[in-house]
Amino acid sequence: MTEKYEAVIGLEVHVELKTNTKAFCGCGLSFGALPNSHVCPGCLGMPGAIPVLNRELVEFAIKTGLALNCKIAEFCRFDRKNYFYPDLPANYQISQLDLPIASAGYLEIESEGVKKKIGINRVHMEEDAGKLVHQGSIMTTPYSLVDLNRAGTPLLEIVSEPDIRSPREASMYMEKLRSILLFLRVSDCKMEEGSLRCDANVSVRPRGQERLGTRTEIKNLNSFRSLERALEYEIKRHIELLEEGGELVQETRTWDEDRQVTLSMRSKEEAQDYRYFPDPNLPPVIIDPEWVERVRKTLPELPDQARERLMSEYNLSSYDANLLTMSKDVLDFFDACVAEYNEPKLIANWVMGELTRLLNQNNMEIKDCRVTPSSLAAMLKLMEQGTISGKIAKVVFEEMFNTGDAPEKIVKDRGLVQISDESAIKAIVDEVIAANPKVVEDFKAGKEKALGFLVGQVMKASKGKANPEIVNRLLREELSRP
Amino acid sequence: MNLYHLTVHKAAEMLNRREIKAQEVLEAVSRRIDLVENKIKAFITLTLDQAEKKAKELDDRHEFTGLGGIPYGVQDNLCTLGVTTTCASKMLEGFIPPYDATAVGRLKAAGAVMVGKLNMDEFGMGHFTETSCFHPTNNPWDLTRVAGGSSGGAAAAVAAGEVYYALASDTGGSLRQSAAYCGVVGMRPTYGRVSRYGLVAVASSMDQVGPVTRNVTDCALVLNLICGYDGLDSNSLEAEVPDYRGYLETNLKGMRIGFPREYFENYVDESVRDAVKKALLKYEELGAVVEETGLPHSKYALPVFRLLASAEASSNMARFDGVRYGYRDEEAQDIAEMMSNSRGRGFGPEVKRNILLGTYVLSKEQYDTYYLRAMKVRRLIKEDFDRAFEKYDLLVAPTTATVAFPRGERNEDLSDLLTIPASLAGIPAMSIPGGMVDGLPVGLQLMGPRLAEGTLLKAAYAFEQAADYHLRTPVLEV
Repeated sequence: MTEKYEAVIGLEVHVELKTNTKAFCGCGLSFGALPNSHVCPGCLGMPGAIPVLNRELVEFAIKTGLALNCKIAEFCRFDRKNYFYPDLPANYQISQLDLPIASAGYLEIESEGVKKKIGINRVHMEEDAGKLVHQGSIMTTPYSLVDLNRAGTPLLEIVSEPDIRSPREASMYMEKLRSILLFLRVSDCKMEEGSLRCDANVSVRPRGQERLGTRTEIKNLNSFRSLERALEYEIKRHIELLEEGGELVQETRTWDEDRQVTLSMRSKEEAQDYRYFPDPNLPPVIIDPEWVERVRKTLPELPDQARERLMSEYNLSSYDANLLTMSKDVLDFFDACVAEYNEPKLIANWVMGELTRLLNQNNMEIKDCRVTPSSLAAMLKLMEQGTISGKIAKVVFEEMFNTGDAPEKIVKDRGLVQISDESAIKAIVDEVIAANPKVVEDFKAGKEKALGFLVGQVMKASKGKANPEIVNRLLREELSRP
Repeated sequence: MNLYHLTVHKAAEMLNRREIKAQEVLEAVSRRIDLVENKIKAFITLTLDQAEKKAKELDDRHEFTGLGGIPYGVQDNLCTLGVTTTCASKMLEGFIPPYDATAVGRLKAAGAVMVGKLNMDEFGMGHFTETSCFHPTNNPWDLTRVAGGSSGGAAAAVAAGEVYYALASDTGGSLRQSAAYCGVVGMRPTYGRVSRYGLVAVASSMDQVGPVTRNVTDCALVLNLICGYDGLDSNSLEAEVPDYRGYLETNLKGMRIGFPREYFENYVDESVRDAVKKALLKYEELGAVVEETGLPHSKYALPVFRLLASAEASSNMARFDGVRYGYRDEEAQDIAEMMSNSRGRGFGPEVKRNILLGTYVLSKEQYDTYYLRAMKVRRLIKEDFDRAFEKYDLLVAPTTATVAFPRGERNEDLSDLLTIPASLAGIPAMSIPGGMVDGLPVGLQLMGPRLAEGTLLKAAYAFEQAADYHLRTPVLEV
């Protein structure tokens, strides 16, 4: 049944920018600060206060527009979006309606080895609202508290073309967009903290049909996972309804994370009239093409370029290259480590393996991690020199992660140096052979597996420090004696 | 000698030479207020205690430069640090701004002594200071007549000698129209010349702060202090501010003056037209070349202004919702009801009318028909002025179609018809006493190209010196 239909998806993404100050006043940005501690007459909507545009916001928007292959407008304008809500101090939001700063771009995703361009309709600048805080449940609380720390935080709204055809493509688009924004260092892009938010527009149509079906908009998508799940649910709902001969209503729906369903919020008829008009307080923004060129020159390496580099220079697989370029911090860590120890594949394995595992386990970011590119490189050198085995290396690494100590110090303090002294190992091998006559017999009878058991016994007796290569060789030598 | 009757520049001179003390000047003003305020009702809030403290401080330090030590008043839509700012609305009940409007701050820094906050139409919406939630203000020349509006408090206080000068605002003509009705000088500078920061917005694209004074020299002195770039106002102009006193000369030889015929049509009282024509003859005597000209689109100015001003106002008024400051309905059961009741009870009928009209004008279905079209006509009105200023240094016309009329006999449209075009064009314009009709002052309006405040002051000063209207004062002592 699903093969009969095609989904058409477009995403509207809101990104909180990490500029030094708010969009239209001099207040600093804050997350988790004391309520109403980062406010001024401007972002409080006091009478007589006037917004003054933050130049850094424009610069971040230009950067983002360029990275998304957009055309940067030479002339753009701010409009007021009027609606009443207690977390919106002036009861209008400063946004951009018909003259956004950037438009007509694209980003590229790779789906099963095939590259696909997803169009970017527009990128525009706007300000965020504050937050309402409730004691207990919103339904029973006798009052709402208003925290305006977030009010006036600069946002970019990035609107895709309806070029996305599946929930998987939607989350790949989001992942790519996120990595681009992280590489540009314009946002922290934390979906769970709300610095990256996404609304999805979705419709379905019979394959081959040109005309678009009735669309619905889904809000409250707080993770990549809920984005995919909600789209899957919604597409299925559309198809089922159409198959039953029912009719879809154009409406806004919300994703209920607990029940894993979308629920109707408001229909098209109930949609508000925002009474947009040009904000008379803000003169039009004239963007000199030279400014755009200056910004273009400061653009950092972007994920696609980095990916190409990792594949061509280091021969990494496309899978490895993708993972390493999801975040700028991860890539920087990798590059710094390779600069000290030229074993890219090995480093890639450690970064994507042990390091990522420990970061996830501790809910940490790579930039907060105590392991440095140098200390990882040092540890890998110890491995190469045979000072520690690969197995011990994992123990050392975890210790580095927890304490931030240098690998040499950990190896020394905990006596983890690999035993490569043949006579010492020979003594253990002899003991193990003497203690396991049955197993030795099995091996001699051709049971190759029995060797593994004996190796394990030697390693155990040496507390994991015996050089596994030597253990193997000596065991074979001893066992092959008639 | 009645100290309250001195001009600003004379009082400043005497303070400097230690001939008088700031406390004596304030005392004179305070007595004057005691004597006439119950007739005029120009103030919403008096701050005489703070003023006394400040005057004493100034006397102790004897630091008098510019306007230091001189008592003045502030229209109650300019924010004043620590002093209630009501916009004459119940909506801003108890609102004490934690900041000064930039213009107020500059005067404060220069040592000016604020004696109170002046009455106005509620949020500047109205024409005769009658929509104030407190009380109307009466015209000092005839207490049964209107003082104009929305800056009626400012103009009446200056005319009655209750303050030496006032800071007021002008959106569609507020301070010029009030100045005309009360026989004083009111200047609306070029849009962006004086920072709007701290001026409670009505129509942000037209709001301007300006001085109301008793003569042209005082106007120049106040402008010297309040004009200039301010980083807190995005539309603030960066142009250099000259010393405006340098423009105060009486030789107008070679000055080209146009009088737009649309401002002399039949809806303007004949007596007012005659007075202004006489003034034009005076300009010829002073050496200027005076010619008739036209501003053909000015006839659309009134509807264009109503549409645009109400649209902007409907959005600007949205922040008054009871959530953060001002009046709040405490009985409401939920947020929506609280906001709705606070606005319903806090705003007066004129403000509500404006919000309704503006909301309609900006609605999706009506936007193109009204807002967009009005914006296009606004451009045409501005271009009329641009063309006129290619030929003329300034334009001279009546400020209002009539002199101040008896309360109740109002014609709202005629009261700001002649001031609105300059507001839409963003150009500087001023009203000066230009004649008398039946014992009531006639306002002479001067309009110039952008940043031509100096030219306006020059022409105004030359006329003032050649006539004597600015020396006439209303008689209030009975």
